[in-house]
Amino acid sequence: MSTYILEMRNITKTFPGVKALDDVNLKVRNGEIHALVGENGAGKSTLMKVLSGVYPSGTYDGAILFEGKECHFKDIKQSENEGIVIIHQELALSPFLSIAENIFLGNERQSKRVIKWQETFMEAKKLLEQVGLKDSPDTPVMDIGVGKQQLVEIAKALSKNVKLLILDEPTAALNETDSANLLKLLLELKKQGITSILISHKLNEVSSVSDSITILRDGQTIETIETKGEQVSEDRIIKGMVGRELTSRYPDRVPKIGEKVFEVKNWNVYHPIQRDRKVIDNVNIHIRRGEIVGIAGLMGAGRTELAMSIFGKTYGKKITGELVKNGKEIQANTVSDAIAHGIAYVSEDRKTYGLNLIEDIKRNITMSNLKRISKNSIINENKEIQEAQFLREKLNIKTPSLAQLAGNLSGGNQQKIVLSKWIFTEPNILILDEPTRGIDVGAKFEIYTQINELAAEGLGVLVISSELPEVLGLSDRIYVMNEGRITGELDRAKADQEKVMRYMTGSGGASRENAN
Amino acid sequence: MKTLINLFRNNIREYGMIIALVFITGLFWILTDGITFNSLNLTNLILQNGFILVLAVGMVLVIITGNIDLSVGSVVAFVGAIVGVLMINNNVPVWLAIILSILVGALIGVWQGFWIAYVGIPSFIVTLGGMLIFRGLTLYLLDGKSLAPFPDSFGKLSSGFLPDIGSGEFHILTIILSVILSLVLVYMEFSKRKTQIHYHFEVFPLWITVTKLAILVGVINWFAYKLASYKGLPIVLIIVFALIVIYTFIMNNTVMGRHIYATGGNQKAADLSGIKTKRVTFWVFVNNGVIAALAGLMFAARLNSATPAAGNMLELDAIAAVFIGGASMSGGVGTVIGAIVGGLVMGVMNNGMSLIGIGIDWQQAIKGMVLLLAVGFDVYNKNRSGK
Repeated sequence: MSTYILEMRNITKTFPGVKALDDVNLKVRNGEIHALVGENGAGKSTLMKVLSGVYPSGTYDGAILFEGKECHFKDIKQSENEGIVIIHQELALSPFLSIAENIFLGNERQSKRVIKWQETFMEAKKLLEQVGLKDSPDTPVMDIGVGKQQLVEIAKALSKNVKLLILDEPTAALNETDSANLLKLLLELKKQGITSILISHKLNEVSSVSDSITILRDGQTIETIETKGEQVSEDRIIKGMVGRELTSRYPDRVPKIGEKVFEVKNWNVYHPIQRDRKVIDNVNIHIRRGEIVGIAGLMGAGRTELAMSIFGKTYGKKITGELVKNGKEIQANTVSDAIAHGIAYVSEDRKTYGLNLIEDIKRNITMSNLKRISKNSIINENKEIQEAQFLREKLNIKTPSLAQLAGNLSGGNQQKIVLSKWIFTEPNILILDEPTRGIDVGAKFEIYTQINELAAEGLGVLVISSELPEVLGLSDRIYVMNEGRITGELDRAKADQEKVMRYMTGSGGASRENAN
Repeated sequence: MKTLINLFRNNIREYGMIIALVFITGLFWILTDGITFNSLNLTNLILQNGFILVLAVGMVLVIITGNIDLSVGSVVAFVGAIVGVLMINNNVPVWLAIILSILVGALIGVWQGFWIAYVGIPSFIVTLGGMLIFRGLTLYLLDGKSLAPFPDSFGKLSSGFLPDIGSGEFHILTIILSVILSLVLVYMEFSKRKTQIHYHFEVFPLWITVTKLAILVGVINWFAYKLASYKGLPIVLIIVFALIVIYTFIMNNTVMGRHIYATGGNQKAADLSGIKTKRVTFWVFVNNGVIAALAGLMFAARLNSATPAAGNMLELDAIAAVFIGGASMSGGVGTVIGAIVGGLVMGVMNNGMSLIGIGIDWQQAIKGMVLLLAVGFDVYNKNRSGK
C-alpha cells in the first residue's frame, strides 16, 4: 500500500469564464493532519468538492487516487462509502432531532426500515465517548452549543468508518476553548489512524497541529511544506499565500481628501441570537471626504456585521457606540434614518438583499428614494424614467430597455443597478460590501471607475472586500479586522499584502501603523 | 416581428387571462344559444358576482405582499350580522350602520394585521383563526337565525340602478358614460404610448394598439348598450368600477403601491431600502378588512337578510380569482385588473354553467380544474422563460 492515502493529480476545474482550479496537486500521507490554506477564493472549497463528488467525475480534469486506487465519484454517497467525509463550515445537522438521530441520519440503524433505537443509542454513546462529548445522546441538537455540534458532526463521520476526515473552517465559529478542544481531538484521532485535511484561516492553529501544509493561490498549488514536527512560522505561510503581483487592474486616481465626514466610535454589537456573543468589539473608524477606505478581513471577521449595524442597525442586538457625521452625533436606528442621514449600503449579496428580481430596472433603481420622484405620494413616472435613464447611461448598464426585469441581467449589470439605486439616494457616505463579487473583469473595472468618481465628487467611501488585491488597489487607507476587532490600520503607501494578511489572521499584534 | 413576439411573451400573463376569458365567454355563448349575453342575464351576472370582484380587489393586494387572507368569507358574514342587528333590531339609521360596519372591518384588519406584521405569525394561521373566530361571532350575534328584511334604502346597494336622465325606455346616461369612458381610455393609451416611444421603450406597432383599442371600446359600448336596454347601470358595477380605478392608480402610481410590490418581491431587499415592510403588510390587511366589510354590506343587501351561513367559502372564490388573474403565490406579482378578469372568469362560468343546467357538484369540480389549469399554465410559462 502506498504511503499516500490520497493523491489528487493535475486537477483542473473550470466554471463558465473562470478557471477555479488549475492543475492542482495534493498528496496526503496516511495518518497525518494535512492543512490546506489559501486566501478566500483560492480554490480550497472547490478542491474539496471535487474530492467528495459534489462536482461529479467528468466535470473536471485530472485523477483522484484514494488508497492507491483511482476513483470516479459520482456523488457524495460514493466518496463516503470509501471513507471520505467532509464536515462543512455550515453544519449539516437537523436542530430538532436528537444527537443520536443526527449521528445516524441517512445511515439509520434499522431492521427492515424500522429504527432500532436501542442500538442507535448504544452506538451513539460509544461514538460520543470517542469524541469526548458527555451529553446524553437524546439531547436535541439545538440545545447544545456550536462547539459541541461540531463534535457531533465528527461523531457522525466516525459512524461512517471514516478514513479521511475533511474539516472546512471547523473553528471559525468557535471560541478559544472549544477550538483548543477540537484540535486536541484531531490529534487524538490521528493516533487512532484517521487522516484529516484541515482547511483553516487561523494560521497559528494550522502551524501547531499539522504535519504538512499545502498552500493554494488563485486555483494553483504553490507548495507543500513539511513541518517535520517543528512549528512553521506564520510569516512563511503568509508569504506563500499572497506571493502575487498586483497588476494594474485598477484605474488611476489622484485622491482629494478633505475633512472627516463620518466617524464610528466605540462601536459594540452582539449576535442577534447568541445574545452573549460579541460580534463587533469596540470598533473605532473614520472616513474623510473624498477618501476610499478599505476594510480587509477573513470570512467571519465581522466586516458585514459592522457595516449592517451602522446602516440603520440592520444587524445585531445591544448595539452601543456613537455615529458622528460632520462632527455631530447622529441617530440611525432604522434604514430610513440612515438613508436620511446620507448613508448608503450596497449589500454583499445583491440577489438576496439588493434587488427585487421580478421587478424592472427603473423601479429597482428608484426603490430607496421614491420621494425624489414623487409629489404628495404620487409617482411621476416620466421623471422616474429620466432619472433611471441618466443613471443607466452614467453607469453603462447594458440592457436594451429600462423595462427589463432585474433578474434577467448578468451579475455585472445587476451590481450596477444596485450601485445606481444607492447613488440615487444622494449619499455622503457609501458603504460597499463585496462590490465586485462574482462579476467579470470588465465590469469590475467599470465599478472601480465609478467608485473613484464618487470619491472625487466628495463622498466618503468604505469598501469591504475579501480580495486583498482589490482592497490594496482601491483604498487610500485600510482597516484590518479580525474576530470583530480592528487589528490594524494602514496607509496605502505602507500597506502590502503580507502585512495585511498578518493582521487578518490575528498574528500581527494590535498595533496601528503610522496612520493619521 | 421578433420584438412583437417578445412583447407578447413579456405580457403573456395579462393576455393569457384575457384570452381565457374571451374563450370561456365564447364557449357559453354557443352553449346557451346567446342567452348568456342578453340584457337581463348580463345585468344578473354583475349583480351576482359584484362582491366577489370587490373581494378580489382587496385580496390581490394581500397576495402581492406574499400573504393570504382566509377570513374574508367569515368577515362578510360578521359584517352582515352587525348591520342586521343594528338596522333591524335597533333601528339605527342606514348611513350610520354602514359607517359603523366599515369601521368594524377596519378593526378586524387591525387585529389580523397586528398578529401577521408585528408578531410575525404566518398569515395563513392568523386568518384561518379569523375565519373561525368571525364565523363563531356571527353565529353568536344572530343566535343561529336569519334577520330580515332590511330597510328598502339599504337594498339599493346591491340591486339599485343609476337613475336615468330623460324618460325613454333606453338609458341615455349609461351610453353617455360609456362613451366618455371610451374616450378617456383612448386618450390614456395614446399618451402612454407617446411616453414609451419618447423613452425608447419597446412598443407594439400602431395597428395592434389601434385594433386593441377598437376591440376594447367596442366591447365596452356593446356592454353598455345591453345594460341600457334593460335597467341601466347597476350601483354594484359603479362600486366595482370605482374600486378598479382607485386601486389600479394606487398600485401603479403611488409610493404605497410601489412599497407593496417591493415588499412582496423581496422583503429583505425592501427592508434594506428603507421600506417599512411591516407597516406595509399591516395596512394591506387593514385595507382588506375594510373591503371585506364593503363586500359584506353588498352581500347582506343582496340577500336582503343577515344569515349565519353568509359568505361561506367566498374567500376561496376571491383567492381563486386572484390566482387565475396571474398573481403569484410567492408574492410580488399581480394586478388589480388581473384579479378582476380572474373574477369574471369565475363569474361567467358560474352563471353559464347554471344556465345550461350543470349541477352544483360538477360546477365545483370544473371550477377547480380551471383554477389548476390557469395557474399551471402560468407556472409552465415562467419555467420556460426562466431557461
